[in-house]
Amino acid sequence: MSLNEEVEVLRRVPLFARIDPAKLKLLAFTSERLVFPAGSELFHQGDAGDAAYILLDGEADILVDTPEGEIVVAKAGRHEFVGEIAILIDVPRTATVRARSELSTLVVTKETFLGMASEFPDVAIEIMRELAQRLADTTAQLTAARAAAAAG
Amino acid sequence: MEHSIYRYVIRHSLRAQVVLTLLAIASFPFLYAFYELPKQIVNRVIQGDTGDFPAVVLDVSFTQFEYLFILCGGFLLLVVANQAFKYVINVLAGRTGERMLRRLRYDLYARVLRFPLPHFRKLSQGEIITMITAEVEPLGGFIGDAFKLPVFQGGYLLVILAFLLVQNWVMAAAAVALYPLQFYVVPKLQRRVNSFAKERVRLVRRLSDRIGETVSGVQEIRGNDTSAYERAAMSAALGEIYTVRLRIFIWKFVIKFLNNSINHLGPFCFYSIGGYFVIQGRLEIGTLMAAIAAHKDLAAPWKELLNYYQRREDARIKYEQVVTQFSPPGMLDESLQLGPPPPGARVHGELAASGLALRDDTGTVFLEGVSLGIPADAPVAVVGAPGSGREELALVLARLTSPTSGALVISGERSDRLHEGVTGRRLAFVGPHAFLFNATVRDNLLYGLKHEPGPDARPDPRWVAEAAVAGNSTDDVNGDWIDHEALGGDPLGRMIEVLAMVELDGDVFDLGLRGTVDARGDLRDRLLRARRAFRERLADPAIAALVESFDADRYNDNATVGENLLFGTPVGEGFDTERLAENPWVMEVLEAEGLVPVLLEAGRTVAATMIELFSGLPPGHTAFERFSFIEADDLPEYQAVLDRAAQDGLEALAAEDRGRLLSLPFLLQPARHRLGVVDDDLRARLLAARRRFAARLPESLRDRIQFFEADRYNAAASIQDNILFGKVAYGQARAAERVKGLVTEVIDELDLRSAVVEAGLDYPVGIGGGRLGAVQRQKLGLARAVVKRPDVLVLSDATAGLDGGTHGRIADRLFREFSGRGLIWSLHRADLARPFDRVVVMRSARVAESGTFEELDRDGTALRELLEAG
Repeated sequence: MSLNEEVEVLRRVPLFARIDPAKLKLLAFTSERLVFPAGSELFHQGDAGDAAYILLDGEADILVDTPEGEIVVAKAGRHEFVGEIAILIDVPRTATVRARSELSTLVVTKETFLGMASEFPDVAIEIMRELAQRLADTTAQLTAARAAAAAG
Repeated sequence: MEHSIYRYVIRHSLRAQVVLTLLAIASFPFLYAFYELPKQIVNRVIQGDTGDFPAVVLDVSFTQFEYLFILCGGFLLLVVANQAFKYVINVLAGRTGERMLRRLRYDLYARVLRFPLPHFRKLSQGEIITMITAEVEPLGGFIGDAFKLPVFQGGYLLVILAFLLVQNWVMAAAAVALYPLQFYVVPKLQRRVNSFAKERVRLVRRLSDRIGETVSGVQEIRGNDTSAYERAAMSAALGEIYTVRLRIFIWKFVIKFLNNSINHLGPFCFYSIGGYFVIQGRLEIGTLMAAIAAHKDLAAPWKELLNYYQRREDARIKYEQVVTQFSPPGMLDESLQLGPPPPGARVHGELAASGLALRDDTGTVFLEGVSLGIPADAPVAVVGAPGSGREELALVLARLTSPTSGALVISGERSDRLHEGVTGRRLAFVGPHAFLFNATVRDNLLYGLKHEPGPDARPDPRWVAEAAVAGNSTDDVNGDWIDHEALGGDPLGRMIEVLAMVELDGDVFDLGLRGTVDARGDLRDRLLRARRAFRERLADPAIAALVESFDADRYNDNATVGENLLFGTPVGEGFDTERLAENPWVMEVLEAEGLVPVLLEAGRTVAATMIELFSGLPPGHTAFERFSFIEADDLPEYQAVLDRAAQDGLEALAAEDRGRLLSLPFLLQPARHRLGVVDDDLRARLLAARRRFAARLPESLRDRIQFFEADRYNAAASIQDNILFGKVAYGQARAAERVKGLVTEVIDELDLRSAVVEAGLDYPVGIGGGRLGAVQRQKLGLARAVVKRPDVLVLSDATAGLDGGTHGRIADRLFREFSGRGLIWSLHRADLARPFDRVVVMRSARVAESGTFEELDRDGTALRELLEAG
């Protein structure tokens, strides 16, 4: 995949949708591209985190350790972003991410990510928008779950 | 050290000075004759009455011409004799001066080795360096001249003066009439210059101190954006120096002006008074000419004498200033550092402190009334809050700091009377920041065993004699200094054992993988076998995806374009990957293959992409250093090149611009950079260029490169690269780590581990160990202390930079290693003291309590307080 094609893929990542392609090109150029064979882990819950991954191709499972063993809490696919929480705030990985099929990713290091956010206000605003959206979704889910629990 | 430079000179070079003085005196008769003879030639032979000839000398008679030539011949001989005297005297004086300079520097350096440690807080590194190197340099020249110059030049002056007086005393007296004035005024002016010179010495010393601080504190300066402040401070310091230097020049030239003017009074007197006498017929013209000649020569020694006076004052001041700085109170006695230590001395029994106190010159109390006995055969912990005196106690126990009062008795001997050969060999100390020397890992590891030169050292006897004359050490630095008895019978095994003890063995192994070794014979065969064994593993597709092997007939996408072209490891300079476009042979090959236009086009694409990507970033952004092919400062330059290329075409570019563009594509790594520049056509043409490059490589360049050949060991490449024989594939998760694991497996299978560790031991650690991480440096410092097998190991926060788990494991191993020996450990955390036999708790410079951990771990104790404070 050439740099320009990568930029096209990045533009389809919601977080980067509104960002100037030139800045995405810099991000693509300064970020490593890593291929994970099916079944291998991108990172494990509890590890220290220093990078986030943009999935360029393939699918991944997001798993959480529970007393009953690992359970899949979500799936991630093409154009999704995983692992960004650990690079925004210094907490260990909150979940494990494992490749379901061969997974092609772009590794965004903490340094690059924060660098972009601080240099390009657009990126920071986009991140805020995305996180706010997620928070809203989570709140809605929680409300729904509580309502269901109260009703049940 | 003598406090006056003259005493120092007399004590160490009396013989040479006497010889020089005698030689100077012996030259005077020849000098007198040298002035007398021309007078004879003119007055008696040239202007002589023909009636005087034939002249009869010693019953032989000469005609006028014969006599003329004989006297002229004599004159020539005198010229040679006088110059020969000057030559011999100057060479001897120079040699004496150089020897004394060598001695002085050596003496000063030897004193640095004996300074009490607190003195280094007052005297900075920069100051010490300037003093030993630059400041004493002129002293050497002065010392050579110390006695012979005044005697020789003064005598010279007197001889000429005597000659002039004999000719005509009125004229002579007039010519030197103003000398006494000069002699009175010049020193007065000189004193003014001297005080400026003193000031200059002080300022320059402060300047070097400032520069030294900048170098050490550059992180703080850059990290706080205080470079403007530092620049201003530098400007102020340089300004002060400028003012002082300017004043020195002005006064020096005032002195010169006076001197020269007065000197020219001489000719004035000769022409006027001498001419008057000649016209009157009271003086012969030959005599006047000889007098003028003699007076011209009078200026030189007179100038030398005045100059000598200036230099003498300068030297005296410098010497006194330097010696004062190098004579701090409390220096270690010379006899405790020089010469062999008492044979068989060991540290055993106990280290007994009684009434120890330690204060600095500002009166700050670090230790007060410390009395305790510490066994030299059991682990003892010292704990306490920061500033409790815990660190200072460790330094005093290791005899690195002398207590201000009280006594420390080590094995029945007062510590201040112990030879350093006992404290430095039988005791070991590791502080929180172990210092490493700029040498290999091995040199640093074994540094604690280098006490005296081995018995088989054979230094050149001439070198030894010269060193002895200058009072320098005559030990051969290149000999084998390692104390093999302490190291043990299996040096490598012991080194690996100790490295494992501090968990540095893995790091050294890794360094070895990245290191090169000039393998020969069996080792080379085994390394090549490892390469084959690794290649066999690549049959597994999961592993094959991790590595792209070198193949002479295939383009390697994980290597740079430059590497693909060279297909080998550069040796030394010339084929430096960054500067391939400057290499004539590379360019010749590219021209022949018609690749230049293609690569220029590629260079244009790379440059355009870099400008597009990076020109929006502020200069100094980390992305430039890590990712850009072009440095921030050069971006506008490249933009200009691209503009010119767009206007006139790539072919029309000047050679310099073409060079700029051509240098870029060599760094491309297609698998990684994905700029779409390297296509299959370019790959094929680069392969052709690779073949031409190697096949027609000129003889003179053969030793500049080691080609990648499947069945030949490449001594210029690292061990790992030799086994790998390829490139780690880009973009495979954890590829480097997994490849390293595989290489390590192969190494262990073929029993190559110790060879790799040996290569790791040869890794240069850089200035201050800068090429190692802080934790690695500290571990190496610990290993260095363990490997010398001291009787007592004193540690002060030596593991503070390590994580808790590592500390625990290292401590366990040290307990085992030092069982039956002493281990005194000043700990940064009180809970770490639990496994120790005894715990000493420091509080406010005093011993608060001491006993076993269990005894002290109860309510109300100082230990409990520390434990609870965390």
